[in-house]
Amino acid sequence: MEIKKPAVAGTMESSDCQVTVEPGEGKIDFTLDSAVAHQFGNQIKKVTLETLANLGVDNVKISIVDKGALDCTIKARIEGAVFRSVDQYKDLPWGGAIK
Amino acid sequence: MIENPNKKRLRRSMMFLNAQKPSLIKDPYIYKIDSLMLDLEDAVAVTAKDTARFSLYHALKTIDYRGSERVVRINGLDTDLWEEDIRVCVAGGADVIRIPKTEDASMVRAVEEKIVAAEEEFNREPGSTLIMSALESCKGVMNAYEVCTSSDRMIGVALSGGDYTKDLQTRITGTGVELMGARQQMIIAARAAGVQCFDTVWTNLDDMEGFRKEVQMIHDMGFDGKSCINPRQIDIVHDIYTPTQKEIIFSEKVIKEIDDKKAKGIGVFTVDGKMIDIAFYDGAKRNIMLAKAAGVYKGDL
Repeated sequence: MEIKKPAVAGTMESSDCQVTVEPGEGKIDFTLDSAVAHQFGNQIKKVTLETLANLGVDNVKISIVDKGALDCTIKARIEGAVFRSVDQYKDLPWGGAIK
Repeated sequence: MIENPNKKRLRRSMMFLNAQKPSLIKDPYIYKIDSLMLDLEDAVAVTAKDTARFSLYHALKTIDYRGSERVVRINGLDTDLWEEDIRVCVAGGADVIRIPKTEDASMVRAVEEKIVAAEEEFNREPGSTLIMSALESCKGVMNAYEVCTSSDRMIGVALSGGDYTKDLQTRITGTGVELMGARQQMIIAARAAGVQCFDTVWTNLDDMEGFRKEVQMIHDMGFDGKSCINPRQIDIVHDIYTPTQKEIIFSEKVIKEIDDKKAKGIGVFTVDGKMIDIAFYDGAKRNIMLAKAAGVYKGDL
């Protein structure tokens, strides 16, 4: 998938995270802001890269502000932002690219 | 289509949870609720309808709700959201889809048609997704029986008191007088159709005594359970839906005696001086099921 325009998903509430995606510069550019980055930073990055790979996104600036989100929430917010960036709200690939 | 074994499972408590909020959906099983109702409808802001679906999907797929049933309330059939809501529910493996603002059987059939298509699309077993309907208007309540009998997937109907009283041109008074007719109509319709019936929420969290009285009343009316909005309400509901030791012992005797007498060709007899026949069997079975759910049954049935 190609990121068409900047998009945001998620909130700053506890257990959530806010994900922003923008068209990239030929690669995945990952930024993380998290109080638990020293402990979970690698795991968050791993989940992010896996989720982007599932979606077929390899050209994106992605920044995550984490408020203690579980892996499933991080995935959900990344997918939410990516599908917003391409304006797709119907016939989503549940169980396919979204997994 | 399979006959879904969960159709008549125990549903004493059904708690509303906003699917948009990760903090609410990550661990609600700690409250030991019979059914969780993950909401895509009114609790979710219009600007978050799309992202709530992704949260819902991953929650359904990855979070172990430890025996709590997973009901999802989809958006109304008057929106452009409900069809995709159904796809995500079925793909995620939701146990039950709750249809808001149901007014007649045609609405249930429209939802069922989309469920059938989604079960095929996502390789789910045909019939694995159940349906329940919220009745939120006078027309819906009038058509309760038609709704209850509209689908083999139908587990039951729930009253939505807030919207219903608006339609009735009154308000929630706390006495229950304004809901009396709807409650009576719905429980009769549900029983006639062989499905379950759930009461509306109690929103005044400062009045727990009023809540307890209302739960006792709907329990005595025959309702299967109560919709809840706060974890503090769960224990009260389960407490009221727990049979007393006296009821448990009596039910146990009734079941054993009926099984025994049936084998001997006897139809009516007495247990502890009370006349008993086959009509008491299902009620006694239900008491034992409720006692087991509450962890207070020590017998061997």
